[in-house]
This record gives sequence, C-alpha cells and structure tokens, in this order.
Amino acid sequence: MFQLLNTFLIGITAGSIYSLMAISMVLVWRSTRVVNFAQAGLAMLSTYFGYEIIHRFDSYWIALPVAMIAGALVAAGIELIFMRLLLKHSSQGAIASIAPIIATLGLLGLIKSIIGYFWGNQDVIIESPLSNVGFTIGTQTLALSPMKTFIIAAVVFMVLVLTFIFQRTNLGLALRASAYAPEISRLAGIKVDLVRTVGWALAGAAGGAAGMLQTANGNGALSPDSLEFSLLLAFGFIAAVIGGLDSLIGAVIGALLLGLVLAFVLTYVGGSLVFITAFVLLLVVLLIRPGGLISQKAGRRA
Amino acid sequence: MSLFIENLSVHHGAIHAVNNVSFKVEKGQLAALIGANGAGKTTLLRTLSGLNKATHGKAHWNETNLLHEKPEQLVRHGVSHVSEGKSVIPELTVKENLEIGALWRRNKKEMVVSLNEVVELFPRLGERLEQRADTLSGGERQMLALGRSLMSKPQLLLLDEPSLGLAPLVVEQIFQSIKDLTSSMGITVLLVEQNAMGALKIADIGIVLNLGSIAVTGDASALIADPQVRAAYLGY
Repeated sequence: MFQLLNTFLIGITAGSIYSLMAISMVLVWRSTRVVNFAQAGLAMLSTYFGYEIIHRFDSYWIALPVAMIAGALVAAGIELIFMRLLLKHSSQGAIASIAPIIATLGLLGLIKSIIGYFWGNQDVIIESPLSNVGFTIGTQTLALSPMKTFIIAAVVFMVLVLTFIFQRTNLGLALRASAYAPEISRLAGIKVDLVRTVGWALAGAAGGAAGMLQTANGNGALSPDSLEFSLLLAFGFIAAVIGGLDSLIGAVIGALLLGLVLAFVLTYVGGSLVFITAFVLLLVVLLIRPGGLISQKAGRRA
Repeated sequence: MSLFIENLSVHHGAIHAVNNVSFKVEKGQLAALIGANGAGKTTLLRTLSGLNKATHGKAHWNETNLLHEKPEQLVRHGVSHVSEGKSVIPELTVKENLEIGALWRRNKKEMVVSLNEVVELFPRLGERLEQRADTLSGGERQMLALGRSLMSKPQLLLLDEPSLGLAPLVVEQIFQSIKDLTSSMGITVLLVEQNAMGALKIADIGIVLNLGSIAVTGDASALIADPQVRAAYLGY
C-alpha cells in the first residue's frame, strides 16, 4: 500500500516536469508548426545560465527565474533570426516539411557544442535548494520531499499562469487566433510574426524551468551530454504527442499519464523496460487515437 | 478619397492572373467585381490587402499605397479584407472572433463599444456570443466575418464571395445587410462575386473581369441592362 502511494508520488513529480517540456513543444508547434527538437538544448542552455547565477549569487531562487528569462530570450532570438529565415527560404517543395525538423536537430547539436566550449564537458553540480529527503510517517519514508513538493507546486502555478494568459488576456487571444488561422488573424490586424516570437519565448521559459527543476530533482549533475536532458526531450515530446501536440491541457495530461505509467513500470516491472514502455505507450495512443487523447476533431483544419 | 488602381498586374508563377487592370471606386461607393471562375477576382482582392505581391502597377486607397504594406498594417489604415467563404475561426467563440478584429487598437473600452455596436447590427450574434463559431449556420458565420471586419472600423471593405455556399434566401439577406451597413456608415466596398446578378443589384458600379483583364466596366444598372453582359455573365 505504501509502495503504491510512493510510486504514484514519483510518477506525479516526474510527470509534472515532463509537462513543462511538453508545453514548450506544444507552444512552438502551435505558433510555427515546427517540432522543436532543439528545445532540450535550449532548456540545457537556460539551466547553465541558472548554474552561473547559483555560482555567483549562491541562490537557486534567483537562478530559477533568470534561467526562465534567459530561455525566453534565447528562444525568441532563434525564432527571429534563424527560423524566420529558414521558413522563408524553404517554404515550398518537398523540403518544406522536413527542413525545420532537420534544422532544429542541427541546432540541438550546435547548442550542446557551444555549452561544451564555454562550460566544458565535465559535470557541473546544481545542488537542490530544499531537502530532497522524503517526509516520514512513522517508520515509513514518503517519496515526497520538500523539493518535490516545491516542484509540483511550481509546475501547477506555471500551468495556471499560462492558462490565464491564454484564456483571459488579449495576448492569449492573439496567440490562439494566430495558431488556428494565421491568415485570418493577419487580415484582422494581428501581427502574427510578433505573436510567433512571443510563443517561442513562452516555450523557452517553460523549457528553462523544466531544466532547472529536473536537474535539482535528480542528482544535480549537469553536462552537455546529460542523459537526463535527452530523456526530458524524449518524454516531453512523447507526452506532447499523446496530448495531441496542439493542446496545452493535452500536454499536461499526457505528461502526467506518462510519468505515472513509467513510475509503475519502474517499480513493479523493472528499470530496463522504462524506455520501451514510453514508446509503446506512444504507439498505442497513435494507433487508437491518432489525433492524441485531446484531439479537436475536424475543426482544426479549417 | 478613393480606391485608385492603375495598370495592376499580378503573376502566379508563369500565369498572368491579373493583367493591366485599371479602375477607380469613389468614397462611399459599392463596386461589384464580377467574372467567371479563374478570372482573377480573388487574386486581385488578395493583392489589394497585401496577401499577394503585385508584379507592377499602382493601387492606392487615399494616400495609402496598398502594394507596399502587409495586411496587418493595412487594417491600421482602414482597409479590411474578409476572405473567401465564411472566414471565421471555428475553434474560437463568437465573441472572441469579433474581438480579434479590434485587438490591434489596444483599447479595451473601444473594443467593448465596437462589440456592442456589432451586436446591435447582428442580434443573432449577440445571442450566441459564448458559443464556438463552428456551431453557427453558414449565414451566421458570414455575419460573424462581416462583424469582425466592422470591429476594426474599416473605411474600405474588400469582400470576397460572401454568398459562397449559402442558400438563396440567406444570400439575399446578406447582400441586403452589406448594402445597408456600408451605405449608412459611408464605407467604400469592393465586392467580389460569382453571383453577378445579386452583386450588381446592390452595387453602384460594376467591373467585369475576364481572364485577368477588364472586359466591361460601368454603372451597375447599365451593366444589368447590357445585352452582352447579360448573355455572358448573368445567364439570360
């Protein structure tokens, strides 16, 4: 019984971090119709900025927002300088659908090399700002520590803020309108190009937060070849696809589902099957509901 | 104050879609741009709103050069284009569809005022503000597209086939409200239509396009009476 509860808690914590990554994939997909594999590199770069702040000011609490802002700025810069040029020059023919994907993979490699150049390829350490030792009930240790509680609370807060922006503000309306129908939005006077950049910036911030939280939640080690970030990318992407790639709520649900399934497989089946399970889950969802769990039916295409 | 077009040409790759077209629409006039499928009507309209690039020629709305601005900028100069076929965003609510027309003004108060005005003009939309746009009927969607355009306080309205896919009775209503609204607000209209007779009936002037070039132009009533135009474009 206790093991069941702990597995559940581990799944929720992991899932909430994946959901930030999934959200950042969805935000980019909605604004530019590009699957951004460079998101893992962006998240990593943001986390290194965070590491620099911790190194200088010795505060994770300053580093977290700084990493998010840095992530937003770098992502906006990539969209402005790189993606716009790319989409302009390869908007026709067979290359149109594949060029952005290859480009983001290239960017991922480039960002990792840049990180290696400036910070070296050795591990740097980001210490968890809060205790990662679980609360105890009687003699039992719960898989919920102050740090994990903070992670879940932070993700819930960020998702609520994003939901508020999207549903209740004019910026959110512009973001949604531009995602659904760029041409109509343009004719209505919305500066769709600018809105796209904002979409990338929000995605960059979410990615930065995911990187900072993931690193502090794990063993704190950070390197350009970090497996943690590769997993974060893979799981974030899978979660986004499970959720339909177009829906923020879908991304969160997909991520929590994935986190829970992986946690249960890890505890009750075995660690070697975790990665396979993630991809099997992806395939099953794609076969049964190709549009993702939250698919918006025919309306999307109009 | 007029829409002034001179020697305008537009190419789609090798195809000469619009060929040396010149005409003028005075302020407050309703001009019907008619012609068969593939005559270049939509291409011409998309060029005037900045969606397509012209090869050469001139197009001005008052002092605004229509060929040098992006669509989102032209809206700020009072030019509003309602694109072909019930141009609404199905995933958004009726209210949101209307609001996006006024977002660029960055003024919440004005937006509310405009929203109330549009709802007064189209009470049907007012009853359905919180519904998603894809729950509306075809005629209601066309009203919504028109309403969104009015939210931006246009002086020049470019309308692309508002009758497309609508039942004959609804088409008549839509044409009538286009006529009433724009004449009462002093809006200049360039109306692209396949339904030539319906468009000419409400128009002040008519421009007939054939394979990218102007075939005939003149007073709408004169065009309706012209036996050649009747035979070629009005079908009787």
